[in-house]
Amino acid sequence: MEKVIITVVGKDTVGIIAKVCTYLSEKNINILDISQTIVQDYFNMMMVCDLSKSSEEFAGVQEALDNIGKDIGVEIKCQKAEIFEMMHRV
Amino acid sequence: MINIWEVEETNRMVAEENLDIRTITIGISLLSCMDENVDTVCENIYKKITTVAKDLYKAGSEIEKEYGIPIVNKRISVTPIGIVGASSCKTKEDFVKIAKTLDRCAKELNVNFIGGFSALVQEGMTDSDKLLIESIPLAMKETEFVCSSVNLGSTKDGINMDAVKLMGEVIKETAFLTKDTDSLGCAKLVVFCNAPDNNPFMAGAFHGVSGAESIINVGISGPGVVNTALKSVRGADFETLCETIKKTALKITRAGQLVAKTASKKLNIPFGIVDLSLAPTPAVGDSVADILCEIGLEKAGAPGTTAALALLNDQVKKGGVMASSYVGGLSGAFIPVSEDRGMIDAAECGALTLEKLEAMTCVCSVGLDMIAIPGDTPASTISGIIADEAAIGMVNQKTTAVRLIPAYGKKVGDTVLFGGLLGYAPIMPVNKYSCEAFVNRTGRIPAPIHSFKN
Repeated sequence: MEKVIITVVGKDTVGIIAKVCTYLSEKNINILDISQTIVQDYFNMMMVCDLSKSSEEFAGVQEALDNIGKDIGVEIKCQKAEIFEMMHRV
Repeated sequence: MINIWEVEETNRMVAEENLDIRTITIGISLLSCMDENVDTVCENIYKKITTVAKDLYKAGSEIEKEYGIPIVNKRISVTPIGIVGASSCKTKEDFVKIAKTLDRCAKELNVNFIGGFSALVQEGMTDSDKLLIESIPLAMKETEFVCSSVNLGSTKDGINMDAVKLMGEVIKETAFLTKDTDSLGCAKLVVFCNAPDNNPFMAGAFHGVSGAESIINVGISGPGVVNTALKSVRGADFETLCETIKKTALKITRAGQLVAKTASKKLNIPFGIVDLSLAPTPAVGDSVADILCEIGLEKAGAPGTTAALALLNDQVKKGGVMASSYVGGLSGAFIPVSEDRGMIDAAECGALTLEKLEAMTCVCSVGLDMIAIPGDTPASTISGIIADEAAIGMVNQKTTAVRLIPAYGKKVGDTVLFGGLLGYAPIMPVNKYSCEAFVNRTGRIPAPIHSFKN
């Protein structure tokens, strides 16, 4: 398992999840968990994904998601899950 | 499974509270580079450093991207050059040649500091140590990235007062030779008592002679994160205060541990230690002084400051120790003046004095750090300040350091500006009374007794 955390933060608009998920499915990246909140029109989403069967390397996925984010006008981050697991789990 | 709030907390720490990894420092042993010919030594050093650390910058940048956490500095520390150059350096210029080689390595590898232009003279100076110390002013003038340190005291050996006297003069001369840049050379020169040999932070980093061929040490940061956490417990009792600092320190250090392990794997160099220090920067909100204020002081330096700093330092260690498998270096809270906006403010308004800073160094991890003093301060007075600080370290079995900048041509009321992480500082007043006769005595202060503790 090569777990990554994808976060999307920005102004809510139609099709944010669709665009991200379409890309992930094209690259054969499995989504393990999704959670989402909207606070004062701001969209805040987190996905836990598995990159182990992905046809794209981590750096490539990171760059592509960054570009998708720029197209929609939201900020998309892709980080390895270890950093969160280290900081929030003993 | 990690939840959205935890992810948001980490990312907020980075985006808004200046959470970063302060430095990945590769320690490299240069013992194998020794030779009788100084040019051969320089060539060996260049080859070894540029081979061992060639991927440091790249690995650091990759880790930054993968985890989304900035790594501010990539640095190198080497075996004290006083030892490496012992058989080849016959003149000061020979040592400066080695310093220039180190500088060239730093440039080539894109690292921002290289530490280890150092001498360990707590018990006595060899001819080569003395020559190296005398070459420091010129080396600091001629190089951009080289950092220098001298360990002149320890709990086991006492204080080498000849070296203390010499360093007062060396610091003054360094200030003079680098006068065009507000005596910047002194910001890259530190004297120690009980120097740790696995410290990743500059200017005092060097690779200990008992260390392995090469090692990865990581220094963490995070005053802003602690400060924000404390805002949520304003007015609460000490137990709550301490628990909050501890929990925050644990999280920050865990990030440091992960970065250290990952860097070690990527570079195929063993992991040494994580240094659990709260290292401030001049950026807004990245200040240790602000934490002291959040604990309940109007300004850093007010009565209560030493106690507040003592508890902060202790809780950072208690939280951090469990988070990392190997803790080392200086570990605690740093209190440099010019690198901490809250400290600068406190010094400017007169809340913080040199004497209060000295008291603070008794309970925190380093010493009198990045303090600008008048350019006409006599060398003997600087030596006196160094001796005081070394005595605190020697008696209390802790590391203490002095990094003073007697800014050439400046007086109280003026400011020195170094820029970047080194920041800026108001010139602080120094006690005018002389200690010349004390400093002029030659020899060593004997090691203290460690029974009959009072």
